[in-house]
Amino acid sequence: MRLDEIKLKTDERAILALRALYGGYGYTQYKMSKFEEYDLYVRNKNFLISDNIITFTDTNGKLMALKPDVTLSIIKNSKDEAGKLDKVYYNENVYRVSGATNSFKEIMQVGLECIGDIDEYCIYEVLMLAARSLKTISDDCELDISHLGIVSEVLDNIGLFGEARSQVLRLIGDKNTHDIKKVCLENGVDEQGAELLQSLVSIYGKPSDVIPKLKATYKGVVAEESISTLESIVSLLDKNGLGNMLRIDFSVVSDLSYYNGIVFKGFINGVPTSVLSGGQYDKLLKKMKRTSRAIGFAVYLDMLERLNDSGNEYDVDTVVFYDDSVSLHKISDAVDSVAKMGKSAVAVKSIPENIKYKELIKLS
Amino acid sequence: MKTMLNIALPKGRLGEKVYAMFEAAGFECPSIKENNRKLIFENEEVGVRYFWVKPSDVSIYVERGAADIGVAGKDILLEYEPDIYELLDLDLGKCRMAVAAMANFHDDPQRTLKVATKFVNITQNHYASKGRDIDIIRLNGSIEIAPILGLSDVIVDIVETGTTLKENNLNVIETVVPISARLIANKASFRFKNQQIEELTKKIRAQLEAKND
Repeated sequence: MRLDEIKLKTDERAILALRALYGGYGYTQYKMSKFEEYDLYVRNKNFLISDNIITFTDTNGKLMALKPDVTLSIIKNSKDEAGKLDKVYYNENVYRVSGATNSFKEIMQVGLECIGDIDEYCIYEVLMLAARSLKTISDDCELDISHLGIVSEVLDNIGLFGEARSQVLRLIGDKNTHDIKKVCLENGVDEQGAELLQSLVSIYGKPSDVIPKLKATYKGVVAEESISTLESIVSLLDKNGLGNMLRIDFSVVSDLSYYNGIVFKGFINGVPTSVLSGGQYDKLLKKMKRTSRAIGFAVYLDMLERLNDSGNEYDVDTVVFYDDSVSLHKISDAVDSVAKMGKSAVAVKSIPENIKYKELIKLS
Repeated sequence: MKTMLNIALPKGRLGEKVYAMFEAAGFECPSIKENNRKLIFENEEVGVRYFWVKPSDVSIYVERGAADIGVAGKDILLEYEPDIYELLDLDLGKCRMAVAAMANFHDDPQRTLKVATKFVNITQNHYASKGRDIDIIRLNGSIEIAPILGLSDVIVDIVETGTTLKENNLNVIETVVPISARLIANKASFRFKNQQIEELTKKIRAQLEAKND
């Protein structure tokens, strides 16, 4: 039986395909221990999706944690050197509280990080790999890109800082334009300024429609460089056949104290939340007193369970039923002959109660 | 076949008002007006499927993608913080989340304040932002009697007209946040059913603007 004939689940198939994809672009696999010193996470708590961490005391008395995140460990183990670039991917279990159930879950995560002397090509390559990761999982997918530089420049321009700024960032993530207006007006921003921010948050569409509008509306508000970076990267993605799945969406936001520049999220039709998330996080490295820059993303494979077909109708194709009088040879032949036809068979002396099967072979 | 837009409506008067707005926006489903106990109604021609759910559950249906869009009170959104888009303030079901206490209540800042409420998260956030230490008492109903029986010092609850409070000798001492119904959307549906959702949002927004003019 060849590997592709086996009914792999969507997430299992994705892991294999993604590893091949990242390996093909020179990313090497990063393996790590399941544990990390708790201290690493405490210092960068807000970078984590959830701040609940499973901890335990190691035999030497050190407080350890079951990894809630892979990125921080990779950064910790990379070095700053001029001109150096680390390209790694990982396929690891992480442990964090899942939103809906509010209990700890083991989550399989695949992702990649590019750390070091990042240039525009690196950013393009990571976005291209993110887009192609989604395509490997399903053709019905979308990659939404935002530029945090543009968002911060608009916020600077209208004069929104401090607590109001973080409040507004949350609202941007919710596409909540009505409350954005309210917070703006309450914090001394004029109607015109509020409208500028509201219309930025409402922007959602294909790059070819959005970028000209962006240039016209935000001329003088946003540095031309931010828009042109965005433009050159999406046009190269478009040229390489990935344009159809791209959207510009400024409601894709991440913590401004860690992320900067391009951030993105990936969606697949049939899964209710984003399955891929990433961006440039130079500011996190800066906080860790590092000179390198970095960009990366993670694919949340636990979400893909939703995509599996309605489930197998049968547990097994054939049940081979035998009793003590049947010879070993006969049982083995019966099971083998089913397997040779590419079907599954289970040999049993009593038929399990809840099993669903297509065919029953009774040996006597 | 047209893709169906799944809409979760809150059971009750608010849901009926909201349906009228959706109907006027061209997303009609006449069978919903039949007087029966059915909970799901479809109009394949327009490509819409409505279902009635408990108001506090709407955001769960939307967050998990069982509904593409829905209508939920801001109180529910603040309490459960679901990962959804909040597209419009529908200006319906207006009320406020407020702190109420007995008429003779005196707030002693040196004591831990005992607060009874259904809305634990909203209450915690409100007092945390003021740096006040509180003892939270989670109740599921008849919150008004908590201060009368000495179970709590104050309550945090939704106040519409204030009649229930008055009848129980309670006064509003502080507004926490104004509440109204919001149009919410699932984050993935917003992308994959974008045309329908944008069209509906645009038409409802026009209705709201016409009402305010």
